Amino acid sequence: MDAAAAKLIGAGLATLGMIGAGIGVGNIFGSFLTGALRNPSAAASQIGNLFVGAALAEALGILAFVLGILIYSA
Amino acid sequence: MADPLHQFKIEKIVDLPDVTLPGLGSVDLAITNSHVAMTVAFAAIVLFLTAVTSNAQVVPGRLQTVGEGVFGLIDNLTESIIGHEGRKLFPFVFTVFTLILGMNFLGLMLAFTATSQIAVTATFGVLTIGLVLIIGFAKHGLGFFKLFVPSGVPWVLLPVIILIEFASFLLRPVTLTLRLFGNMMGGHVALKVFAGFVAAAVIGKIGLLGLLVGPLSIGMVTALTALEFLVAFLQAFVFAVLTCIYLNDVVNLGHGH
Repeated sequence: MDAAAAKLIGAGLATLGMIGAGIGVGNIFGSFLTGALRNPSAAASQIGNLFVGAALAEALGILAFVLGILIYSA
Repeated sequence: MADPLHQFKIEKIVDLPDVTLPGLGSVDLAITNSHVAMTVAFAAIVLFLTAVTSNAQVVPGRLQTVGEGVFGLIDNLTESIIGHEGRKLFPFVFTVFTLILGMNFLGLMLAFTATSQIAVTATFGVLTIGLVLIIGFAKHGLGFFKLFVPSGVPWVLLPVIILIEFASFLLRPVTLTLRLFGNMMGGHVALKVFAGFVAAAVIGKIGLLGLLVGPLSIGMVTALTALEFLVAFLQAFVFAVLTCIYLNDVVNLGHGH
């Protein structure tokens, strides 16, 4: 296979790691809504935890994205 | 189609002669578009905060309400996460938050986003972890290393836990850096890709299909821009929250968790 083509395919494959981040962030916000609708009075106090959890889950997807960019521009 | 990564290229606007510094070697002092973007963000923040505080009244007007909102947001954050000691660290968190927020917002309005440069975000990450280390060693001395030994862990597990805690501590500046960088860069690449579709439809590169692709893509660009404003604020906020959490670890070492 052509090396340039393999590089582009590799960059595309590397970004597949973001699927996991998508599942994780969706899970966090979905769980938050489930909990918030059952007990709305406690929801406001958990907003900070919500965003920190989402940010931590998202960071791993971002690592995959950065890897993809690195391979693409290497 | 234009390369969507072209917007992240550093270009020299005013070329100044190189300077040789002791220990660092030759340093390029040219004024680049990244430099200009950061300076504009800095000037905008100073002007905004000056305008907010210059004509302060007991009953705040519109502008003063916005300023007090930003101030109160970070004040609440440091108070609720770090506690009583948080007041002392408020200036650092507020500075980092406003600077990142300013650069993120200006990146959406101007041509260049300073926070999409890994050098800029890495500086923020290193600054934060550097302050954590300085406070940790100044406050607790060698007791700082208790950070890696959580209380109440069975001694059999201790070697593994210490290793994991140490690795996660080392990864903190890396994730702080890459999260901000990746979010800003990814958002702007997506915007440029859809803008490229609009351009291709307008110049008739894809024929009659352009009648369908053009309007859809420009709607997408509008929606993504709105989303990017949310992301720009959220990433600055998340950076401030994580800074507070990392600082809390060393300020309230041993009691807490």
